[in-house]
Amino acid sequence: MDLHALTIHELHQLFTRKETSPLHATQAVFDRIEQVEGRVGAYISLNREKALQQADEAGKRLDRGQGGPLCGIPLSIKDVICTKGLRTTAGSKILETFIPPYNATVINKLEEAGAVIIGKTSMDEFAMGSANENCAFGVPANPWKADFICGGSSGGSAAAVAADECIASLGSDTGGSIRQPASHCGVVGLKPTYGRVSRFGLLAYASSLDQIGPLTKDVRDCALMLNAISGYDGSDSTSVNRPVPDYCAALTDGLRGMTIGIPREYFGEGLDPEVEKSVHGALAKLREAGAEVADVSLPHTEYGVAAYYIIAPAEASSNLARYDGVRYGLRDMEADLLIEMYKKSRSRGFGDEVKRRIIMGTYALSSGYYDAYYKKASQVRTLIVEDYGKAFSLCDVLVSPVTPTPAWKIGEKSHDPLSMYLSDVLTIPANLAGIPGLSVPCGMSRAGLPIGLQMQAAHFAEEKLLRAAYNLEQRLDLVGKKPTL
Amino acid sequence: MNISKEEVAKVAHLARLDLSEQEVEAITGQLDRILGYVAKLNEIDTTDVTPTTHALAVHNAFRDDVVHPSLPRQEALANGPRQNGEAFVVPRVI
Repeated sequence: MDLHALTIHELHQLFTRKETSPLHATQAVFDRIEQVEGRVGAYISLNREKALQQADEAGKRLDRGQGGPLCGIPLSIKDVICTKGLRTTAGSKILETFIPPYNATVINKLEEAGAVIIGKTSMDEFAMGSANENCAFGVPANPWKADFICGGSSGGSAAAVAADECIASLGSDTGGSIRQPASHCGVVGLKPTYGRVSRFGLLAYASSLDQIGPLTKDVRDCALMLNAISGYDGSDSTSVNRPVPDYCAALTDGLRGMTIGIPREYFGEGLDPEVEKSVHGALAKLREAGAEVADVSLPHTEYGVAAYYIIAPAEASSNLARYDGVRYGLRDMEADLLIEMYKKSRSRGFGDEVKRRIIMGTYALSSGYYDAYYKKASQVRTLIVEDYGKAFSLCDVLVSPVTPTPAWKIGEKSHDPLSMYLSDVLTIPANLAGIPGLSVPCGMSRAGLPIGLQMQAAHFAEEKLLRAAYNLEQRLDLVGKKPTL
Repeated sequence: MNISKEEVAKVAHLARLDLSEQEVEAITGQLDRILGYVAKLNEIDTTDVTPTTHALAVHNAFRDDVVHPSLPRQEALANGPRQNGEAFVVPRVI
């Protein structure tokens, strides 16, 4: 049996029946990494020694009958989440040698649950990108087709899950960075409601938009991961103090009584016909399962990208000011004046996309431009939030494509930042509104690339997303479909 | 033209970035195109719209004034590119 190919719940069952152990499973994942990583490039750092130690401890815990569903499960982590004693680079040269002295809250929660941390995955530098082509340590390949992008910015996490180089992973989503690579790699990805999962220890890109979430092989695993990482955290002032339901309990409810909204603006010009066909096919399955379908409108959708590319860079320009070469990260040792050191260190350490967004954000916030750009974008954000409020008074879950097209060829859009930004048009509004969004596989293109379906729900209605996605997953023959590597 | 090379160079200085002539040239062209796209926001009348800076109501988080253990000095300094065992060392300011 290929242990690396299993889901969390399948592996947990084997552990419970004592048919295998966390140590065997972890070793199987490292063997798989050895076998395929040269072709995929999903990881920046591996954590072999500590992972085997964690697996050994998890095995003992299970023997004592104390292990929960994540105990002994080998997971990977996007390299923007702090792991104590394990290098955390954010995909950037400026943090190439940074070893955090503390864990992010989500890592503490996973470790308390007995999970095994296999390593840190490739990502666009500081989570800025839609293709995972902006990583300072190389571009990972889409496991389904090596010359195609795996999507960004959590591309390494999505690729690692799709290639069975881990059992599940954690990513972060600022404008679609979990859902988009999940869609391109054929895995499940969830951006929870803003505030549902602590962001303490997540290296900040755009603080009002960033959210940590799981990438998994199926919807049940997604619910299990969400159970483990959700909850209030006093160390994060934006964390919401609200009880965490059992997300797995919601899966088995049927769809009778649920209304699916189809936002008409998500099916406009530029949508690839194969994507449209797959999404409509999935909608038919949801109808068969008993869901009602309603036509809804989100009229300000087309302004989301423009608002995002003011708000996110503005927040990034402030957040990334901390990378000055003083306390951590790369420092230019030649400069003999402080300001020169800042400039040289930052210029050597940051890549092109990060510099572009810092300058864009600094410009938008600078004197004389604040009202024209940042204030205007924040007002449009209000209109987008209001659109969702109206839509969710008519339906429970919105269904749409995740991205207008399947994955594109590596390098195809990298010369044109704006065209790359527009690929996030269908995912960005959820971040601006802080609502949860999920990507679940719904088809394959003729070229053999996965197509994802996006579900969005009101704040803290993750249960509805998981319930709808689980019902769809049961009716599509896609679970267990693997890339040939 | 939405942005000039001089403005990009000035903003780069404010952001503490040292850009080459070529980088200024490239970024100016790219930002010009992006700002041209962003101008579509002006199609919407937002006169009476309150800006949203956070999707959820966020309040100041006040903790009880209780002493907690802090990071030991050596751990705090461990990632410092230059330090003397007690503090980070930086080049002169003046």
